[in-house]
Amino acid sequence: MRIHEYQAKKLLSGFGVPIPRGEAVTSPSEARTTAEDLGGPVVVKAQIHAGGRGKAGGILRAANPAEAATAAARLLGLPLVTGQTGPEGRIVRRILVEEALDVVRELYAGVTLSREEACLVLLVSPRGGVDIEALALGEPDLVLRESISPSAGLLPAQAERAAWALGLSGDASSAQAIRLFAGLVRAFESTDASLVEINPLILTSAGALVAADAKMDFDDNGLPRHPDIRALFDPDEVSPEELEAARAGLSFIRLDGDVGCMVNGAGLAMATMDLVALAGGRPANFLDVGGGVSEDAVAKAFAILTSGPGVRSALVNIFGGIVRCDLVAQGIVRAARERAVRIPVVIRMEGTNVGLGRKILADSGLPFSAAPDMESAAREAVRLARAGGGAGGGAAP
Amino acid sequence: MSILVDRTTRVLVQGLTGREGTFHAGQMIEYGTDVRAGVTPGKGGTRHLGLPVFDTVAEAVRREGVDASVIFVPAPAAPAAILEAAAAGIGLIVCITEGIPALDMVRVKAFLRGTPARLIGPNTPGVISPGLTKLGIMPGPIHKPGPVGVISRSGTLTYEAVNQLSLLGLGQSSAVGIGGDPIVGLSFTDLMALFETDPATEAVVLIGEIGGSAEEEAARLIRSGYEKPVVAYIAGLTAPPGRRMGHAGAIMSGGRGTAARKIELLEEAGARVVRNPARIGEAAASVLGF
Repeated sequence: MRIHEYQAKKLLSGFGVPIPRGEAVTSPSEARTTAEDLGGPVVVKAQIHAGGRGKAGGILRAANPAEAATAAARLLGLPLVTGQTGPEGRIVRRILVEEALDVVRELYAGVTLSREEACLVLLVSPRGGVDIEALALGEPDLVLRESISPSAGLLPAQAERAAWALGLSGDASSAQAIRLFAGLVRAFESTDASLVEINPLILTSAGALVAADAKMDFDDNGLPRHPDIRALFDPDEVSPEELEAARAGLSFIRLDGDVGCMVNGAGLAMATMDLVALAGGRPANFLDVGGGVSEDAVAKAFAILTSGPGVRSALVNIFGGIVRCDLVAQGIVRAARERAVRIPVVIRMEGTNVGLGRKILADSGLPFSAAPDMESAAREAVRLARAGGGAGGGAAP
Repeated sequence: MSILVDRTTRVLVQGLTGREGTFHAGQMIEYGTDVRAGVTPGKGGTRHLGLPVFDTVAEAVRREGVDASVIFVPAPAAPAAILEAAAAGIGLIVCITEGIPALDMVRVKAFLRGTPARLIGPNTPGVISPGLTKLGIMPGPIHKPGPVGVISRSGTLTYEAVNQLSLLGLGQSSAVGIGGDPIVGLSFTDLMALFETDPATEAVVLIGEIGGSAEEEAARLIRSGYEKPVVAYIAGLTAPPGRRMGHAGAIMSGGRGTAARKIELLEEAGARVVRNPARIGEAAASVLGF
């Protein structure tokens, strides 16, 4: 789960990470008041769950409260399109008004999890404010990684080395950096984060370190024990259908193709999307109904996937293990009856109770196409999507 | 022959009396697995599915001589269940549980380094040596004994691959799911090394997916002179970037998380990589001249 910059900053400041003075607001008049309270020039920042806001015009400078109000009016309600939002952009519903910082240098500091080493890793770079992934690939010498021992924690020598790598040796800002690293690690561990990132971390002319931006992602598996973090979830940042799917315990991602897919298991779901592509089609979504799925959830999944705009055929690929084919078949039949599904549906089933499942589908009298294996299922679904006549209605190329 | 488990493996089920534990332990027993006992704290001294139930793993080890454990304990208690099994001297721990926080697994793995215990999972279908024993939740009947070692990060996609092999008459020596979580026990390369020295295994099928770098490590192992042919499929060529991998997560793997890159590295190393997940069985048959 991801949270907004203003939420991450507030959270991190509780762990001793210095942040700019400021406030998140939802109207131009509040922006003006906040700017008046702060005094001096401010920065007005769109709060959406996507990077690349600066380049996209989502971060504006304002010299005085009147300009802050104007900037706020410009951003609020705007669909902001950045390199990470997709062409439809994200509606700006809230802005962060902060004191403008007097920047001497832009640095980077972050904590993440190393799968390979099974430990946390502190990452720092003297070159902040840029795409850190690209930097790590292009100029790996500019990114220092320190693996953190699960028992001993970040060692003083490691923290000093990281401060040194930021060019902050032997003075007050070095001590500040070391406190900041410790704060980031503590924040990560106390919240079951999966990423804590300060980019850029600003060194001011007064020699102070301040988090000019902050990003935090959380491990979904850790959320049950952090109701306070879960409360930070912003449903406006997720599409309504993804939200509906998540509530039903389904893993769903909308893509831009025309073959809707419903599969059990994430690996098989990805493989099914790959098969659709190999057959010359484009998957309309990723949908994993998971292991402990109910008939209700299957019905919901089927309804979500067949109702997507531009979806012209549906492909169901189930390899029953824990999931029983008869239960899936019942869910599909129910959803197809309730929703009067008009697009063609191709179903491939194998595994637990497959005979029963196939019988339920056949006895339903609904016009499902049964496929003997997943490759022919994918081909047939792609052919039917091309043949048109689906929900999209238009002629296929 | 097989890897990790065979007919002599004496199995404990942690969480035996729960819904999942009861169902899958029953399936395992039906498959022929030598399930000796269960552990459910507070239910020691009772019997379930005809098996003795103990309060602690240590007691089950002492009384029944179990040497492997399958864990069906809910996520909040599963890390402690793994630690308890390792501390009691269990050699092989298979953790089926899904939903364990990654930070818990960081602590668990740090503890396991000081013990001889091997961990499979969490979030795994488990391990099966067809015709001998199964420690997990995979459907038994699709498997056949034979010469192919299967290693996967997925559940149902593994069943799909195994089914393709079996339909072609190609059985499996053992099939292992390493687990779909970011931090898991045994890795692709750990298992490849075991299959390399298993006389019954003539070829290895690797089923990978986007994210992490398990496949990159496998490619390195193959290039260093791996002695058995490897067939690989990597799921997720069409997966949207950025939806599963966090920002700095991609740094960790040095930009190696994509399916395309994994495929390229495995092919360079000499693995037979199939793009079509419906042709995994066929490719295995062809490298074995079957």
